[in-house]
Amino acid sequence: MAAVKFTLNGKSQTVDVAPQMPLLWALRDTLGMTGTKFGCGMALCGACTVHINGQPTRSCTTQVSTVAGKTVTTIEGLSSDNSHPVQKAWIEADVPQCGYCQSGQIMTAAALVAKTTNPSDSDIDEAMRGNLCRCGTYQAIRQAVHLAARYQAQAKGGAQ
Amino acid sequence: MNPVNRRSFLKTGAAVGGGLLVGFQLPVKSQAQTAGPLTLNAFVKVGTDDTVTLEIHKSEMGQGTVTSLSQLLAEELECDWKKIRTEFPGVAPVYGAPMMGAYGSLSIRTSWQPLRQAGAAAREMLVQAAAQQWKVDKSQCRAENNTVVNTTTGAKLTYGALAEAAAKLPAPANVPLKTAAQYKLIGTSPKRLDTPAKVNGSIGFGLDVRRPGMLYASLERCPVFEGKVASFDATKAMAVPGVKKVVQISNGVAVVADNTWSAMEGRKALVIKWDEGKWANVSTPGLRQEWAGLAAKPGMSMRKAGDPEAAFAGAAKKVEAVYEAPYLSHAPMEPLNATVEVRPDGCDIWVASQIQSLAQQTAAMVTGLPANKCLIHTQYLGGGFGRRGGADYVTEAVEIAKAMSPTPVKLTWSREDDLQHDTYRPASYVKFSGGLDAQGSPVSFSARVVCPPFGGNSTAVEGIQDMKYAIPNVQVEFTAPDTGTPVSYWRSVGYSQNTYFMEAFIDEMAGAAGADPVEFRRKLLAGTPRLLNVLNIVAEKSNWGKPLPAGRFRGVGIVNNIGSFNAQVAEVSVTQGKVKVHKVVCAVDCGQVVNPAIVEAQIQSGIVYGLSTVTKLGITLDKGRVVQKNFNNYDPIRIDEMPVVEVHIVSSHENPGGIGEASTPSIVPAVVNAVYAATKKRVRMLPIKAADLV
Repeated sequence: MAAVKFTLNGKSQTVDVAPQMPLLWALRDTLGMTGTKFGCGMALCGACTVHINGQPTRSCTTQVSTVAGKTVTTIEGLSSDNSHPVQKAWIEADVPQCGYCQSGQIMTAAALVAKTTNPSDSDIDEAMRGNLCRCGTYQAIRQAVHLAARYQAQAKGGAQ
Repeated sequence: MNPVNRRSFLKTGAAVGGGLLVGFQLPVKSQAQTAGPLTLNAFVKVGTDDTVTLEIHKSEMGQGTVTSLSQLLAEELECDWKKIRTEFPGVAPVYGAPMMGAYGSLSIRTSWQPLRQAGAAAREMLVQAAAQQWKVDKSQCRAENNTVVNTTTGAKLTYGALAEAAAKLPAPANVPLKTAAQYKLIGTSPKRLDTPAKVNGSIGFGLDVRRPGMLYASLERCPVFEGKVASFDATKAMAVPGVKKVVQISNGVAVVADNTWSAMEGRKALVIKWDEGKWANVSTPGLRQEWAGLAAKPGMSMRKAGDPEAAFAGAAKKVEAVYEAPYLSHAPMEPLNATVEVRPDGCDIWVASQIQSLAQQTAAMVTGLPANKCLIHTQYLGGGFGRRGGADYVTEAVEIAKAMSPTPVKLTWSREDDLQHDTYRPASYVKFSGGLDAQGSPVSFSARVVCPPFGGNSTAVEGIQDMKYAIPNVQVEFTAPDTGTPVSYWRSVGYSQNTYFMEAFIDEMAGAAGADPVEFRRKLLAGTPRLLNVLNIVAEKSNWGKPLPAGRFRGVGIVNNIGSFNAQVAEVSVTQGKVKVHKVVCAVDCGQVVNPAIVEAQIQSGIVYGLSTVTKLGITLDKGRVVQKNFNNYDPIRIDEMPVVEVHIVSSHENPGGIGEASTPSIVPAVVNAVYAATKKRVRMLPIKAADLV
């Protein structure tokens, strides 16, 4: 056991677990933050996607020791009131069906619209193809990512 | 559950008039009307704060029951959509026990009458309470938007203000329901009620359950079906940090730890000797060979009309073909799990189950407790597709929790467990023959199906046995092979493979007749006008018969299942054997639509689910073991493979049909028939391999 210190959703966090425990299980079991999902354990489905220093990362294959000193954002940290542009777009397009993959979908989409102002369908496919959805919400996801990019641009415009 | 019971139950339900007889009144009216919302009936509670709580007795697995069932209740209740809260009730006869659950695309069909009646009855109680308070006749009062209005004075009382008085009134019987012309919510698409909590991680799936003092379990099962533990050594597993205990249960050896990862690590350290049993030599090539042998002999007759053998013998043109489909796994995104606490006096089960009654019966059987002491706490389902209609994972979790009693334990399956220990969509092998007369009209149709059945033989042959084409001489035969591979309900059940077989073979017959595939079908569908109608719509909307861009080809597929009618045209291109589906046009007639946006989403969903099986998914066996282990070799379609899906919904006030399983079957033949148009190669086995098309 070794204490790992990092920033989680804007706050300093220490977690005292086996250093090789995947971040996913430290979040879910140790810290009780269950918004990040377990889907495959092999970085194949994207359900466990979080941001580490702003980069979308599979938490199921990321040892907790490797996030020491880094900034981790989970779905719970995206906003406190569903006001993030991607969350707003997901609500507007009513994207989720079962919803299990959507934390990961949203975290991947949030990273995409943060760096790509006006993503094309192929930008979206490229960024999102690592996130599986068995309910088949892909068409709604495409629509919502376009919408999120617009909301993101408006938010940036408003801040200037 | 005993699948036979389930299927015979469905038949009984259908036999008594197309609706399961779910009432809405509590058997004993709740007397504990103290704090919290007040109970008006089994489906409606109203709080003094004016909130309305609706009981959703059909599990939410993405198909939209939380929203659509709320629409049925709210339509008659005249409540404010924004004040609705929903919850999942425990198991009770009023909610459908002993078969309480969401399965068979029945949720709307079986709730359509009782939930509107429950909403209407609750509304009448609120109106009666207002009439009593105003000392006026009920006819002078009208319910609207969470209030009752005095139509003479214009005075208003909120539902919250009326809740206490209304809850004391007797429930009225046989309240007249609105006519279709009066609907305000039914047929509209309010936003889904569950979306906000599904975009911030808070919704609460089975896997998200946390109980005080809870431990976590991972279970090692025999890699060969029906195999047993011969002996095991837990020494190394117990040495893994966090591991608390190793327990043997009927289906394997479980490692219990203080977190999921330690349980999984401990499990890797188990040393187990298995008695692999009699299925240890089963392999897919061997099964195919065996089933081909069975298909060479006559089977049990499932449908016979005329004299198909004589008609075939005398036919001007003959078509014969063998079709095969593999076992399939459900692979819902949320791996199976259950959290269970067993005490001497009772048991609590937190589970994302499609059939809560079965989960309860299972817990009662394992613990020896009375069923009413086994409380099911329904969680949101991270996908179901039929998989969560079983209770194998509940059995395991209860057995582990019983060994750990009174500590609550959460059992989590890995993805590998999910793919290797599923209850699979069965593989199937079908030998067809069809005869045509000199004018190209079909004179005979014969099918010999070899497929492991479950819950009755119809699951193996539905989609062929009940095919709707008017052919004078028909024979459908069936043989059940003996396999150890567990099989069960998979989205659209037998229609999932048989619609592919049937519709691909009908295209072969159309080809032999030199006829256009749509025109050939049209001539044979006069007896099923709603199926003919969706075929006509999809032909028109897809511009069937009109030119396409170079390299693009169309194919068609149709099905009548779950009380609905579905036709699809797929537009594909094939490049060096690689199939790309560009667009799918779908027409659906599911009777009265409750929420068109949810219907459209379900159509898209079913198409994606079926499309994954055309080019990508298949479960194979080697030495009794499932070869596929994770999403690397069982890889469903991803966003870059998603075609544009265009949905046309037939406007109808017929009784509702099902929708969750409506579109999964016909996408498969629509694509393979388009592949034939592109390559002149018939796809007679799935999934398609590029090498077969080059």
